[in-house]
Amino acid sequence: MTDIVLKTEGLTKHYGGVHALNDANFELRAGEHIAIVGDNGAGKSTFVRQITGVESRTKGKIWFDGREVSFTGPLDARESGMECVFQNLALADDLDVPSNLFLGREIIRFNLGPFSILNRKAMRAATEEGLKRTGVKIPNLDNPIRNMSGGQRQCVAIARSASFASKLIIMDEPTAALGVQETAQVENIIRTLKDRGIPLILVSHNLRQVIDLVDRIIVFRRGHIVASLNKDETDGNDIVSYITGVKSQNTATASI
Amino acid sequence: MTAAMAPRAQSRARPPELNIFLALVLITLVFELLNRWQGGSFLFNTRDNVPGLFNQARLQIIILQVSITGIIAIGVTQVIIIGGIDLSSGSIVGATAMISMSFAQVALVNGNPNPKAIFGPELMDLPVIVPILVGLACGIFAGLINGLLIAYTKIPPFIATLGMMVSARGVAKWWSNGNPISFPTDSFGALSNGDFLGWITFGALPGQGLNPVLLFIALAALFQLALTYTLYGKRCYAIGSNEEAARISGINVARHKVLVYAIAGSLAAFAALVLCSKNLTAQSGMGVMYELDAIAMAVIGGVSLSGGRGSIIGTVIGALIFGVIISGFTSIRLDAYYQEMVKGAIIVGAVVLDQWRQRRRALEG
Ligand SMILES: Nc1ncnc2c1ncn2[C@@H]1O[C@H](COP(=O)(O)OP(=O)(O)OP(=O)(O)O)[C@@H](O)[C@H]1O
Ligand SMILES: [Mg+2]
Repeated sequence: MTDIVLKTEGLTKHYGGVHALNDANFELRAGEHIAIVGDNGAGKSTFVRQITGVESRTKGKIWFDGREVSFTGPLDARESGMECVFQNLALADDLDVPSNLFLGREIIRFNLGPFSILNRKAMRAATEEGLKRTGVKIPNLDNPIRNMSGGQRQCVAIARSASFASKLIIMDEPTAALGVQETAQVENIIRTLKDRGIPLILVSHNLRQVIDLVDRIIVFRRGHIVASLNKDETDGNDIVSYITGVKSQNTATASI
Repeated sequence: MTAAMAPRAQSRARPPELNIFLALVLITLVFELLNRWQGGSFLFNTRDNVPGLFNQARLQIIILQVSITGIIAIGVTQVIIIGGIDLSSGSIVGATAMISMSFAQVALVNGNPNPKAIFGPELMDLPVIVPILVGLACGIFAGLINGLLIAYTKIPPFIATLGMMVSARGVAKWWSNGNPISFPTDSFGALSNGDFLGWITFGALPGQGLNPVLLFIALAALFQLALTYTLYGKRCYAIGSNEEAARISGINVARHKVLVYAIAGSLAAFAALVLCSKNLTAQSGMGVMYELDAIAMAVIGGVSLSGGRGSIIGTVIGALIFGVIISGFTSIRLDAYYQEMVKGAIIVGAVVLDQWRQRRRALEG
């Protein structure tokens, strides 16, 4: 079972009386891109928060990269190679693009402990190179990102996670607030992840995008995983009928 | 990305320091005009019996005053950049001055035992490095306590440093039961009153008494470089800008905060050493209200009280503005009481300006 990157068993989260997530069984294979879809409040974000350890789960087990894990937060998850782009961005508004991309793993020119001299040129060049590869257009990299549009900021956040991620990247509605052009840029970044063989979990309401980008689609409904659909064997209408509860797979586990 | 946004995003924003510098020029000009109107001059020498183009005495007072509080403001700037505040620096100056001065005393004054002696003769006539190290240790110790309280107990910086402000002032008074400590060694007095500039330039550039200014410039340059070119600076801005993002990025936020507050404490200690060397005495009331002057200098210099923005260069210009305004009021013979009132208004005004800048930025962003 070495090609299973992430696996959950009976993952459950209750907020008091709210059963946001119930007994979720889930598997993600090496290199696989999976989408999670479902109505508002279906439990998608809750699922993501349990995996990355933002919240502590009520019940269930998680395996990541061959061992059972219990992350204490996004930093812990990151150190194991799991990256998450949250609905609210984790960027430093007063820093420019290279500083944000390299925050916490700066390139050093000369090591002096906390007073190490930064290699600003190298970080800027790498940023330019990386953004060019993904097709993200940002007019001036040296401006604080505060002055950028929501879409540009989102692109920076995603590019940042994409370059950090080594084993898995999770994105919760990365294009929800973006225009057409910016959505296309984010989708480009996602395709480069596929080329690099990095697995992805993408939470999205955009069914066109989901069918375009991923291999497999997991449907959440009222805190339960109700379907696992191969991209080639489904279409928009099919997915919608699972989301709305018209159809249901009676398998308890979401993996095929 | 709308078409309307593109041009602004493309042009690199004008550095805010430039605006502050223009404000400095403008304010200086206003005082020059006010002085001219009264028949004198703010900057220039109008007396026939004194040589020189500039009003040497006034300029010297401005830069000396600015230098000592300015050294504190360098530390305060870094604290504010990480989103904190330091109300204790003035009291740290007081406590540090008292403690380090007692290690700088001479045993004999005009052949008689030192009338202000704190310790016995075995702790007198010590090499100058002793009071310097003792002073810096005091400042760092106080700063460490500030930092540890703020980073690990989640007490708001305002409260933690307010506590330190009261306690350190208590230490300053308790140390010698409120008595001033005087009669330092010559080498200690020379720290501020000597002529380092003349010494390293073999007398080409005499600068008797300008050592505090040199120290201020050196420390300002050092920390400006650190903030711009090192990991330390990057982390300061990141933490002030978005502490959560910094933490998720793997920055040890708590440890960095402790470091910044300790640095601020050490800078307050530098100011204390300079001050009591210059005055040749230490009093428990030294440095009262300096913390507010230092904060005002930083805020006038464009350091945002909400963190993440500002620079040492800005603070240095802010300090000059502060100095020009204060001595400007003296030059037009405004009464000292009015000066204090105006000083209060400047501090509040600087904060209002900061919030206005933020609101404008929010509207633009
Ligand atoms: N901290 C919380 N406390 C109480 N209830 C919560 C909390 N977080 C989420 N919930 C509830 O859990 C359920 C699942 O929420 P979740 O955020 O996972 O939905 P979602 O599928 O991500 O929806 P959306 O598409 O709107 O983002 C909702 O009913 C929500 O109200
Ligand atoms: Mg959600």
